[in-house]
Amino acid sequence: MEQSFYISKSCHIEQQCIQIDAEPVFTAAELDFSAFAKLAFKHSGVAYPKFYKMDALSKLAFLAAEYLLQEEDSTGMALLLANRSGSMDTDLIHQISIQDADNFYPSPATFVYTLANICAGEISIRHQLQTENAFFIAEDYDSFLMMNYANYLLLSGRASKVLCGWVEYRDENYKAVLYLVDHFGDKPHTVDEINKLFKIK
Amino acid sequence: MFPTLYIADTSCVTPLGFTVQENWEALLSGTSGLAYQDVGAIKQVPVGRIADALLDTHFETLGLSGTFSRLEKMMLLAASPLVKKHQPNARTAFVMATTKGNINALREGQPEQALLTALGDKLQKHLAMANRPIIVSQACVSGVLAVSVAKRMIQMGMYDNALVLTGDELSEFVVSGFQSFQAIADQPCRPFDKQREGVSLGEAAAAIYLTKEKNNIRIAGEGSINDANHISGPSRTGEGLYQSILAACQEAEIEAGSLDFIAAHGTATLYNDEMEAIAFDRLGLQDTPVHSLKGFYGHTLGAAGLLELVILVKAMQENTFIASLGFTELGVSRPITIVKENRQGNIQRALKTASGFGGSNAVMVLIKE
Repeated sequence: MEQSFYISKSCHIEQQCIQIDAEPVFTAAELDFSAFAKLAFKHSGVAYPKFYKMDALSKLAFLAAEYLLQEEDSTGMALLLANRSGSMDTDLIHQISIQDADNFYPSPATFVYTLANICAGEISIRHQLQTENAFFIAEDYDSFLMMNYANYLLLSGRASKVLCGWVEYRDENYKAVLYLVDHFGDKPHTVDEINKLFKIK
Repeated sequence: MFPTLYIADTSCVTPLGFTVQENWEALLSGTSGLAYQDVGAIKQVPVGRIADALLDTHFETLGLSGTFSRLEKMMLLAASPLVKKHQPNARTAFVMATTKGNINALREGQPEQALLTALGDKLQKHLAMANRPIIVSQACVSGVLAVSVAKRMIQMGMYDNALVLTGDELSEFVVSGFQSFQAIADQPCRPFDKQREGVSLGEAAAAIYLTKEKNNIRIAGEGSINDANHISGPSRTGEGLYQSILAACQEAEIEAGSLDFIAAHGTATLYNDEMEAIAFDRLGLQDTPVHSLKGFYGHTLGAAGLLELVILVKAMQENTFIASLGFTELGVSRPITIVKENRQGNIQRALKTASGFGGSNAVMVLIKE
């Protein structure tokens, strides 16, 4: 392809630490995810009460996007996400609520989060991404696929930039790596550079 | 700048049959796959479920040994005829789409088996696909979006052709969830009708084979644009669907008004059908014939879009508009035209749409060459 694209910015969240372009911007002491997420959300300074209703996966995705997209123009920004476990963490919560026919209490507030792409929907609503959206499931982040998909969206003119990445949450283990693919930036949008983003820490 | 993609072959497995032809004959005769059954703790709901005995009888013909879930049997049955006819190689993409995969494994306390990657790996092995599956999980638009993903990755030169396979199984997990939303109708669902009161759920598997080699059904355009409005409710303005259709028509280089037919999502919930009517109306499509197949199959989640695309290809080849089962009187605020009776007529340009939770939409324009 003649046109080149770049990784303009990245956000990494793992083990109570949020990094932007590999620089820590928020860290918390040993805490469970729920407590860490609350502190990180307060630190971001955003007023968005809906955050408290989200499941853990959506909170993680929301925080990564929030820290990454500060001061970023989100016009024409498409969204591509992937993870390994889908919405398994919340699936298990819903399953417990229906496992016993005599104690059957499924909740719509839980059920709606039994879809992996809901966290993409939450990011789209917050940043008004009325754009191309896709959610993939894979054992590990498929950098080659995601690079090609993002490039397609840019080359076809369907998007002017693409928010891509990995958002995995299951049973207190979590990792988010989000990055912006743009027409400008410091790092070339290559498989090598994408893989490096996952090796931060 | 991008190569053109064609749908070379299709397949589906549903309560109405194990081949496209069996399904087509059932649709022509107005037979619904919906019947009252118990789904776990939920008693006597109208659902579309494939009979176990029939599924097992058909599955035996594949001669596969091992243990398989109902969903795996359905998906392997749908994919097998295509894999036999179009031998996959290293340049064949394997794109799999599902909303909840083997979710029934959770009830058995087997969460690892419920992971979509486990399902994908197992299907890859038994279908002897050269490549690991690209797994798309985008709620109820998964099936249509998976075709777009395959098309786009072929256009980027990653592959030459693709098997797109989708499946979702009826489960207490999903029925209980929709019921908690009070979204399930007591009677078989009635898309776009005045009396509609919600969805019926179902199950299906479907597959298509995509190729760059010229064929009579061309994928002329597609789009998948988010509403960015609400995680569980459709947009009040139908904006994401409207934008998706515009994008697909732009790629196809056609005016929306020149479409001959719309195979809609039509779940029969109050809000979904209303949203679709608004989007179609905004595009000036009041007179374009529309149907929903949910009255035949129920809502088969991620499989729905691809199943309905498979039937749409057949309808284009047969030049037949299939009536929207369960529809008698228009129950949306915009004057759209629902197909009331089967009839013959040329379907040259057709639109398939799907919408789902998370604000997702996916649409595809097919043109008969």
